[in-house]
Amino acid sequence: MGRAKLPRKSTNIDMTAMCDVAFLLLSFFILTTKFKPAEAIAVTTPNSVAAKVAPDKDIVLITIDKDGKVFITMDDEQKKEAVCTYLNTNLNLNMNVSAFKKAGFYGAPFSSMASFLSIPEEQRKGDKLPGIPVLDSTDNQMNTWMRAIKDAYLGSKMNLLVKGDNAAKFPSFKAVIDAFKKNDELKFQMITNPESVPAGTELWKKTMAGEKREE
Amino acid sequence: MAEMDTSSSGGHKKGPGVKKGKKLSTRVDLTPMVDLGFLLITFFIFTTTMSQPTAMKLFLPKDADNPEDQNKAKESGVITLLLGKDNNVFYYEGQLAPDGSNFKSSTFKEIRTVLLDKKARTNEKDLVVVLKPSSESTYKNVVDILDEMTINVLKRYALVDISPVEEQLVKLSDAAGSASASN
Repeated sequence: MGRAKLPRKSTNIDMTAMCDVAFLLLSFFILTTKFKPAEAIAVTTPNSVAAKVAPDKDIVLITIDKDGKVFITMDDEQKKEAVCTYLNTNLNLNMNVSAFKKAGFYGAPFSSMASFLSIPEEQRKGDKLPGIPVLDSTDNQMNTWMRAIKDAYLGSKMNLLVKGDNAAKFPSFKAVIDAFKKNDELKFQMITNPESVPAGTELWKKTMAGEKREE
Repeated sequence: MAEMDTSSSGGHKKGPGVKKGKKLSTRVDLTPMVDLGFLLITFFIFTTTMSQPTAMKLFLPKDADNPEDQNKAKESGVITLLLGKDNNVFYYEGQLAPDGSNFKSSTFKEIRTVLLDKKARTNEKDLVVVLKPSSESTYKNVVDILDEMTINVLKRYALVDISPVEEQLVKLSDAAGSASASN
């Protein structure tokens, strides 16, 4: 008499499917992630309801840190060179062009730009640097910077951005705006963190009604 | 795939005398790999920032040198907001009275009702909001108040330099506000 065989079920689970999903998610996150570049200038930006994503090409970024110090960042090497030559010829600064091109940001009075450029890149940290002097109304060096930048970007697109810290006082921001105005750069954008539109407000009603927002 | 071998036991009998070659399982234990996968996923989930910074556009008016070239606004349609220290907001409608009687104090939370009230009362064409940040106000205050313009769909607003009289008034009110708060 044969005994009725109990079917033996394996306790092994097939992990293949799970593994597939895990690696699919993994590749998604690896591809979408963007590491924040180590920022030399620590800035916490305010929130706004603006929905437009900040541009990241052809930028001229003016950073105002929490003490109101002003720094300039540019991304185009050619323009950097043009700015450097302009400043060298007009102000006799004798700055090293290749060092100027390599620098991630600029934040020193013109008189000490040469020594600023001689500091190794990794030691250039916003909190130890003087920043570009703007508050002196007779010698707002931002004006000269803006003239040089405008000259370099003549005929090509420039995205003028201002990135300010929450705690930065208004006078430095005003000095920067004044420099823009002096150079007829009347259009600029302020970098903020996205925030949802408060419910019940007029803008909220408009968005709900499907109206497109003016930029 | 990982599942190749399905019958390591109980295959066909090849007949007597035929020795069964020992079959090695080709099954690989995937558990450590899955572990590693999920570990990396958690790492990337925590480090990733999904929200990209946004940009607020601002157009500056060109400075008019002659007073005749400046834009004129109807007095009844103007509301002036002054930004003070510690997130204080002050406002007055029309011209500032010499004795400061129409100078009122508010906060960032309440300013929306003030603005909406003004908006409901005035003709849309005449309504102009004048923003005057004092030197004690912060960048965040300025962005917040500009944002308030967008939220309340106020089309005409201007960022204007504060006058010394107003600066003084804001400073005094700030001091009075903090004194009463500490008492």
